[in-house]
This record gives sequence, structure tokens and C-alpha cells, in this order.
Amino acid sequence: MKYAFYPGCVSRGGCPELYPAAKLICERLGIELEEMPGASCTGAGVLQEKNRTLGDTLNARTFAMAENLGLPIMTICSTCQGVMSQANYRLKNDPEYLAQVNSYLAEEGLEYKGSADPKHLLWVLIEDYGIDRLTTLITRPLGGVRLAPFYGCYLVRPTEALGMEDNPERSTSLEKLIEILGATVVDYSGKTRCCGFPILTINERNSVAMVAKHTLDVKDLGADAMVTPCPLCHLNLDGFQPKASAQAQRSIGMPILHLPQAIGLAMGISPQELGLRRHIVNTAPLVTKLGVRA
Amino acid sequence: MDLTLRVRRFDPDSDNPEPYWQDFSVTVEDNATVLDALIKVREDVDGTLSLRCSCRSSICGSCAMRINGHATLACKAQARDSLGDDNVIVVEPAGVMHVLKDLVVDFDLFWDKIMAVEPYLQPQGPEPEGEYIASNESMLHLSGVTACIMCGACVSDCTVLEVDPTFMGPAALAKAYRFTADPRDGDEEGHSEDRLRMLSEASGMWDCTRCFECVQVCPKGVAPMDRIMSLRDQALAAGMDKNYGARHVQAFSDLVEHSGWLDELRIVPMTMGLGNVPALLNVMPEALRALSHGKLPPLVHPELPGAENIRNLFEKVEQGGKEPEGHH
Ligand code: FES
Repeated sequence: MKYAFYPGCVSRGGCPELYPAAKLICERLGIELEEMPGASCTGAGVLQEKNRTLGDTLNARTFAMAENLGLPIMTICSTCQGVMSQANYRLKNDPEYLAQVNSYLAEEGLEYKGSADPKHLLWVLIEDYGIDRLTTLITRPLGGVRLAPFYGCYLVRPTEALGMEDNPERSTSLEKLIEILGATVVDYSGKTRCCGFPILTINERNSVAMVAKHTLDVKDLGADAMVTPCPLCHLNLDGFQPKASAQAQRSIGMPILHLPQAIGLAMGISPQELGLRRHIVNTAPLVTKLGVRA
Repeated sequence: MDLTLRVRRFDPDSDNPEPYWQDFSVTVEDNATVLDALIKVREDVDGTLSLRCSCRSSICGSCAMRINGHATLACKAQARDSLGDDNVIVVEPAGVMHVLKDLVVDFDLFWDKIMAVEPYLQPQGPEPEGEYIASNESMLHLSGVTACIMCGACVSDCTVLEVDPTFMGPAALAKAYRFTADPRDGDEEGHSEDRLRMLSEASGMWDCTRCFECVQVCPKGVAPMDRIMSLRDQALAAGMDKNYGARHVQAFSDLVEHSGWLDELRIVPMTMGLGNVPALLNVMPEALRALSHGKLPPLVHPELPGAENIRNLFEKVEQGGKEPEGHH
């Protein structure tokens, strides 16, 4: 199994623990990754506010690079995944638009032929890798640990662009994965809501209120940690949890795991190697509960 | 078809006015909607169950409520497609708005927001001699947003309204767009600057998180969030760029244009404004905490190989003209 790897900006920026953790578990899983060093930012939906065609063109450029490698794209960020899926949906459903975008790419000698089907690691594991194969590699199941899923908006909406109709299992993929890891799923309505990150610099109060709501909801349900396939959600839920706690006037202390970290822990990889010490919220109580050495 | 409706109930006049769950098992036709099932409960099982409905065909907008956790019209949701485990359908009142009784919510919050955007044409130029002429195209592209039936589904599931009731919200902002994009509104060119200025203020267009909830739940394809993005586009084009939201978009775009990927270290001060000491001091604790955990993005942000190609695309596409408004 080999993928054109699209790590996104945040896994190499604000969440530098994510990139190595993802590479590490893929290596152990036997998933080969080939990077596309020249692939740009997806635009994250922000650039698209200014100029959607520009955003779609940048993504078409990445798709063309993967086509040239002859590899499917794998992402590790809900936002990257969603923005790519939305761009791909528009490009695939409008040949005239695709031609216009390709006219911009021509100077660099690139052309997007329309064959890309980018997939988040979460989908790759369930749809391509296979639950049975993954299960055999879970050598240290997370029994007794209660994990709350947090998807990130762009991995669940809009359903049409994300191909949810053809792949209905995607809408419960994170719960499924938590079960495969041997942990107990903490279910709550906030799992598909917004973490608040996109408005952090615009309306911090509201952004942080969202962090407080979700982390406190799962705390009240007895969760030991949250798991997210989105590093932007991680930045807010983890990095701004102290502020959320102050604003809500309640202590929280809810560790937030990146998806590859949760998988890595269940594969017996040490918390240290997975970069848990880099988190803002202390992960020590979780590590103790897991009964492994930090 | 046998099914169970698990209904969130509330009676303000009871001795113990607390919301509670009640299960109703009913048999309905195979092609019944969730509304049909609820009406059957009200008629055959418990006449005290309160809900709103009128047209039963997705026209009047009365019956919006949460079905299996997401807002929708009960008369549009097929019961068969809504069945969960053990043939249970979970029914709750719409979110955000205050519950009056059972599935009936108080729409004052909804209407106050709609009224706040002054939902009527306000032409500013000299009056034309005959009628106001609007081209077919300009009205056709508004047909999506005028399809709104004011059901409140988008308001119910808005992630911002959930934490901040002062936000204008998706329905009102989409309604505002219906006027800013109408060639008859505003000055002779059809620019509605006063509206855009008002909508750019706090609690307005820039407070949307782009979470897609409203796009997903709208039963009429209005796609309120897309309209909010078009409002932002209009505001930027009108030069209203002196707020955090507009500066964030500009900074993001500039940074990606420069290096090909996002420089997370620089986007915060660029959005806040370099001279904005109080705002920068406010994020200091988070920045220092990140630094102490080795989480701060690299100080030197290298540009991607081939970044000149990306800069080139920015130039070419931005010159090549944007997509027509409302294109999605
Ligand atoms: S009853 Fe009129 S929209 Fe449902």
C-alpha cells in the first residue's frame, strides 16, 4: 500500500507532534508514504473566502502532482480533507470549470485529469487497509479507557462532497476506530460540532466557549481523553483549554489525542515517541491509566 | 411499519417543569413521514403532545425540529429513513431557541434577527421613471436564497448561536445577502454599502465559523453559509477590511502566496495588527505555553520548492476574474 502523503501545514507547524506520529504508525502498519514536497496549502476554506477558484486551482495542482506519481492521496487533517473533497467535487462535476483551472496550471506543465480521490488516514484504515488487518496489529488494546470522538466539521460536512452517500460508514468511522483500539466510545452530540478554531482570532470568546462546551460535556460523561483526526481542532481543544477552563470557571484537564497517537498507543508505541509530552493539557493521568511507561 | 418515537418533552405548567424523554410506539404506513407519526401519537395516544405543523409538504416551514440530533422538517423526513437501532427515531425540539412546550419553540429570537437586517429593498439612487428594472440573471441567481421558508433549521443547529445568542445567525445573514446582491438595493450600481458596513460589525458576517451545519440542515438548499461567504467577498471588495475577520483572510492569503504554505507564527500578529498590543498580550500565555512544550511553529518558515509557481497562480487566477457571485 502506497500513498501520496499530504500532511498539511499544521502537522508541521502548530502541532509538530502529529507529523512524526503519523509517519511512525504508517511505517509500523506497512503503509508506504511518498511526499509531494511542492504541494501547497489547501487554503483551509479561508483562502476560498477571498477567491474560491484560486483555492480550487491550488488543490487541482496537488491532485495533478499525485496523478503524476500514480498514487492516491492520503491526508491527516479533517480540514485539508474537507477542503480537498469540496474542490474535487466542484472540479469533477463541471468540465468547463476543470478546463479553466487546468489552463492556469498549464504553464507549470501540470494538468488535473480528474482521477484523484483524496482520503483521510481514518478512511484509509477502514476502507483500504481493513479492520481485520488493523485489529491484528493492536497489541496493547486500550481496554478500560473511555475515548470521546471529535471529528472536525470538514470530515463530516457537507456530506455530498465527502461521498457519505456511497460510503455511509464514514459517518461513524471514528467510533469504529476507537472500538478497534479496544477503548470504550463516549458518545455525545458535540462530536460533529465545531471546535471554534476558525474564529479564534476573530471572536476568541465564542471560540473558547466551544472548547469549554465540548471538553466539559465529555468530562461530565467520564471520558479519559478525546481523539481527533483534525490538528486544527487539536490546536483549539488542547492549546486553548486552559483559557476555556478560566472562561467557564471550571477545571477541565481533558487530554486531546491526535488520531495517529491513539492508534500508536494501542500498537504499543510509547507515549514519548508519539509526542504526548508536547501537549498543553497534561496527558500523564491518561498514560497512568493505560499502565504504560511515559 | 412499527416504530418508536423517543420524544423530548417539556411542560412548563407541570409540577416539575423539567425536560424528559418519553417513548411512543406506533404503527404507521410505510411511506409515512416523521410528522405523520407524531400526529398519530397526538391523535391516538397522547393529545397533550405539542408540535407545530400546517402544510405537511415542506412549504410553510412550521415543523422544523431535531430528528436524530439534526434539525430538519418533520414533514420532509421519511420515517423509514430515520429509523435508528431498534426502530427508534429520536425527536427533539429545535435547538438554540427557547422551548415553550414539547416540540414548540419560541421564534422571537429568529424573527428579531431577521428584522435586524431590515429585510426589504432600500434603493438609494434617484427614483427611476418607470419601475426598477432588474436583469433576469441577477434575479435568477437570487432564486436559491429566496427559497428560504423561515423554518429555523439553520438557526437551530448553528454552532455559533449555541454559544452566543447575539450572533446574527445563518437565516438573517442569508436574508441580508438577498438584498445586498439585489441590483435594486443600495446605490445606483446596486452596491449596498450601508448594509455591508452594518453586517461587518461584531456578531455579523465575520463571526461565522464556516462549520457547514446550516448548509447541511437547510431543507431548501439555501446554503446560508455560502451566502455569508459571498457577503464577506462583497465587504472585502467594498474595501471594508479593517476588522479581524477581513485581516485574517488577507493575512492567510498573503502568507500562502508568499511561501506556498501557512506560516502559523505570523498569521496571529498579522490578523491582530502588529501595533495592537492588548490583543497580542492576550495571546501571550498561549504562545508561551506552546513554546515551553516545543509546539511553537518554526521561527524560520521555509518556502516550498517551486513556490514561485504558486505565486504565479495567485497572480494569474486573481487576474482571471472570480467566479460569478453565488456560484457553488
Ligand atoms: S408542516 Fe409545513 S413545512 Fe412541515
